[in-house]
Amino acid sequence: MSSLLEAKGLYGGYGGADILQGTNLRVESDEIVVIVGPNGAGKSTAMKAVFGLLRIREGEVRYRGEAITNAKPEQMVRRGIAYVPQEKNVFPSLTVRENLEMGAYLMKGDLSQRLDKVYTLFPKLADRRRQQAGLMSGGERQMVAMGRALMIDPQLLMLDEPTAGLSPLLIDETFERIQEINAQGIGVLMVEQNAKQALAIANRGYVLATGSNRYEDTGPNLLANPEVAEMFLGG
Amino acid sequence: MTDILQLLIYGLVLGSVLTMGAIGVSMIFGILRFAHFAHGDFMTLGAYLGLSFISAFGLSSWWALPAAMVGMAVIAVFIDQVLYRRIRRTQPVILLIASFGMALILRSLVQLIWGSDNQTYTSGIQFPWQLDWLGGMRLKPDHLWIMLISLGLVAGVHLFLTRTRLGKAMRAMSDNMDLALVSGIPAERVIMVTWVIGGALAGAAGVFLGIDTRLHPVMGWTTLLPVFAAAILGGIGRPYGAIAGGMIIGVSMEMSTLLIPAAYKPAVAFAIMVGMLILRPQGIFKGTV
Repeated sequence: MSSLLEAKGLYGGYGGADILQGTNLRVESDEIVVIVGPNGAGKSTAMKAVFGLLRIREGEVRYRGEAITNAKPEQMVRRGIAYVPQEKNVFPSLTVRENLEMGAYLMKGDLSQRLDKVYTLFPKLADRRRQQAGLMSGGERQMVAMGRALMIDPQLLMLDEPTAGLSPLLIDETFERIQEINAQGIGVLMVEQNAKQALAIANRGYVLATGSNRYEDTGPNLLANPEVAEMFLGG
Repeated sequence: MTDILQLLIYGLVLGSVLTMGAIGVSMIFGILRFAHFAHGDFMTLGAYLGLSFISAFGLSSWWALPAAMVGMAVIAVFIDQVLYRRIRRTQPVILLIASFGMALILRSLVQLIWGSDNQTYTSGIQFPWQLDWLGGMRLKPDHLWIMLISLGLVAGVHLFLTRTRLGKAMRAMSDNMDLALVSGIPAERVIMVTWVIGGALAGAAGVFLGIDTRLHPVMGWTTLLPVFAAAILGGIGRPYGAIAGGMIIGVSMEMSTLLIPAAYKPAVAFAIMVGMLILRPQGIFKGTV
């Protein structure tokens, strides 16, 4: 049985020097996997590379055993991989509902079931479905962004710092939602700055530094590891 | 009072022409991030295509409209595929200069094929209706049709943008290109539709201009400035702004003749554009610049 996602020995960057220096990642279908690490470690870059947003020079990405290295984002979406960027992750002049519809652009048929599923997870979005996403608060926008990604009924959800800029209360809520999403059988791969909280809900975690794996363990073990704590978690 | 009403009508007619051009300019900017300098010459070419169509089949002048719209939709897509698509990934300024070159090519082509003399769709004078209940104001049937058809086309664009999947995708792409990409929205197809709509509306603008006045190889080029002014006034990248901008510029240009010589009409558009860029550069509706 092959893993949901497996990336091996990734090298690549934005055209100049490689930012990724042999990064390895693996996500199983029932897992929440968190990537933590200092600024500039290549966390977001690794995620973008996996999703086909920047060129992988060397290495391989496999999804359910099938090689998808350097496939286009559109092909990722068709396979059931959804990605939520860190910033600018909504269409500001579109309504909430239109944002969700755009998430399912490639999906055929009636969208109402998909919409209902997202509205059940984020009831607030149902009330605000006609509102322009650009006029919403940061927390609400994050819900729209995740909702948009969930519209394809993904097998794998990739989140780039889903709690960035949110208040502590909203951070808790976001992590709860992520756990609910995972409980539906969706594999989650996320990059997080709130490393402690993220590792606490994670099955496994990766600590990246200068583009390569420094540590790799279960969430609780990484939290308990004094070296990791000293290096990246701020004591 | 009658004068003002009369000028308002002329303003709305001119505004209709400008709106047809400005919606296209605004959409193309929203999706492709460059000011399309050949848009005025799209209008010119559309007007002449209409002329050839009606003279070839001996049809009445309004048949020029569908011919120009279809013809320009096809030509716009063709020019995009042949020229603009190849330099899409370079800087926007290169696209802008390329479109300037395309403008010169199209204008010369029109001159070569149709000559540089003034031409008209119909010879003879159309008698206006005298509206006694509006103080004897005169309204030409052609002017009424230009306004009504523009209204219909604007409504069509609105329905397309708000009701159809592709229309929503077009707004989404204009909002956030990167997110559209990661959502799996097919960029090239959206771009093609943008050219179809932009080209068709430019064709309509050219025919309106030809019906209102006459056909001339620089008719579109000289209209490009007020078209850009309208697009900027409304907030570039915002098709709805282009409608408001087009009407405001059109009416202001005609109304200005009450105070200053008519030769300064383009200067009025220019002044409004400059004023807007200083006071509210994002436009009436917040643009995407």
